[in-house]
Amino acid sequence: MFPTTRRSVIAALASDDDEQRRRAFDTFVALYWKPLYKYLRVARHRELADAEDLTQAFLAKCFENGALAAYDAAKANFRTFLRMLFDRFVANEVKASQRLKRGGGTESLDFTNAEAEIAREHDRGGTPEDYFQREWARSVFSLAVERLRDESDATRFAIFEAYDLDDSSKASYRETGVRFGISETTVTNHLAAMRRRFRAIVLDILREATASEAEYRAEVRSLLGVDA
Amino acid sequence: MTWISDDAVAHLRAVAELPDFSHTRYQLQREIARGGMGVVYEAEDVELRRRVAIKVLASELASADAVERMRAEAQTIARLEHPGIVPLHDVGLLPDGRLWYAMKLVRGRRLDELNAPIPELLRIFLRICEAVAFANANGIIHCDLKPENIMLGDFGEVLVMDWGVAREAGAKDALVAGTRGFMAPEQERGDASIDATTDVYALGAMLRSLLPSKLPRALEAVCAKATATMQRDRYATARDLADDLSRWLDGQPITAYRENVIERSGRWLNRNRVLVTIVIAYLIMRVIVILWVRR
Repeated sequence: MFPTTRRSVIAALASDDDEQRRRAFDTFVALYWKPLYKYLRVARHRELADAEDLTQAFLAKCFENGALAAYDAAKANFRTFLRMLFDRFVANEVKASQRLKRGGGTESLDFTNAEAEIAREHDRGGTPEDYFQREWARSVFSLAVERLRDESDATRFAIFEAYDLDDSSKASYRETGVRFGISETTVTNHLAAMRRRFRAIVLDILREATASEAEYRAEVRSLLGVDA
Repeated sequence: MTWISDDAVAHLRAVAELPDFSHTRYQLQREIARGGMGVVYEAEDVELRRRVAIKVLASELASADAVERMRAEAQTIARLEHPGIVPLHDVGLLPDGRLWYAMKLVRGRRLDELNAPIPELLRIFLRICEAVAFANANGIIHCDLKPENIMLGDFGEVLVMDWGVAREAGAKDALVAGTRGFMAPEQERGDASIDATTDVYALGAMLRSLLPSKLPRALEAVCAKATATMQRDRYATARDLADDLSRWLDGQPITAYRENVIERSGRWLNRNRVLVTIVIAYLIMRVIVILWVRR
């Protein structure tokens, strides 16, 4: 019923096996670096260079000193824990005015792209926590779309992109069918299959991004907006 | 990574939650309602070319326990074939493990949206009592009767909906589920003594909520008896409650209230209005004739 083969990245971050920990950290970075960076830029109004340095330094510190291993699923969800840890880190770094350290495999983060994204986003209302939650949701969906793109054939992904990602696309099933040389029914079947797969990938990511069954369910509820 | 706009994020949320019915005879049309257990959609049954309502278990609840609870709900509804209980057409599992069932799509409004005179409300209420009495007689206690769970069809149908927390009479589990204000004390406590009188309590509370605050004493007494704290003081069945209300509508004495002489006379006069009018008219004419003859 629920995906059980996906290991929790949060649990793997505390692993003694370096290779396993590195892989878990890569997924962790893919999911969280943008929400953290944008949170500093938009919700905490930090300067561009500051936000870049602080984000990279925080991620490097997380990898090196195992700060994430202190997470206790009984006390808060991981997202809240991480945001609080980040807030504390930023406050301490500013107080100490230390030279920030980069590393931990986070040198390749595309901050220019993240800035371009910030410029295109409109919804900045609510508390800093609300903003972080929204960016985290965007990050989960973005990662899911990337994974879907990697595993799908080009036609199917293009159909999914046209109907579910491109706000400006108004093509009918018939027009899309003509464009790809397939029937209208095949278009709707492809779209249904891609949506099914997208959903499964989102659930996989949430499984990876949470540490307990209760947190997983809470995050599914929070992300997919279904009231329990 | 692909940047996704705010609108696309909202759309993807809906897409990710949308149940996949692509390999069934149903095509989803729109969402109708969201509740504790899941989401209800309007769908087209392409085989029979008719609209149905499909309830799908909420994704985060799709544990083995939740699936079993919803399956039990489907089996309960299927067992209760009655014109006052929404009929179930089909049941199945989605590829992602969520359970769904298809039922009659009721077009109309909920009872709490109805504004009608007392006699019309009571006639609708009697039909609710009949459906509940039928379920109770089959050993099923609804446990969440309230105006929001009663649908009134455009063509006079009265349907009891949402059997999600229904239980077998006398079930031992102490699951406290229902709606405060309509829940009987024993249900609130999670007692195993839940039986037909538990639904009678909810019916009484529902009746009280539907009627105006100033009521004839007899109707007050019916509500009070139905919602008595002790189960033994309530009507034993929904049928008994309905019978008492029918008697009141017919101008007959009811079991819940002992009338004084004046009330009894008033009710008799009210019930025999035509006869009384004829007799009075006759007597007036007699007096006029006598006076005219004596002149």
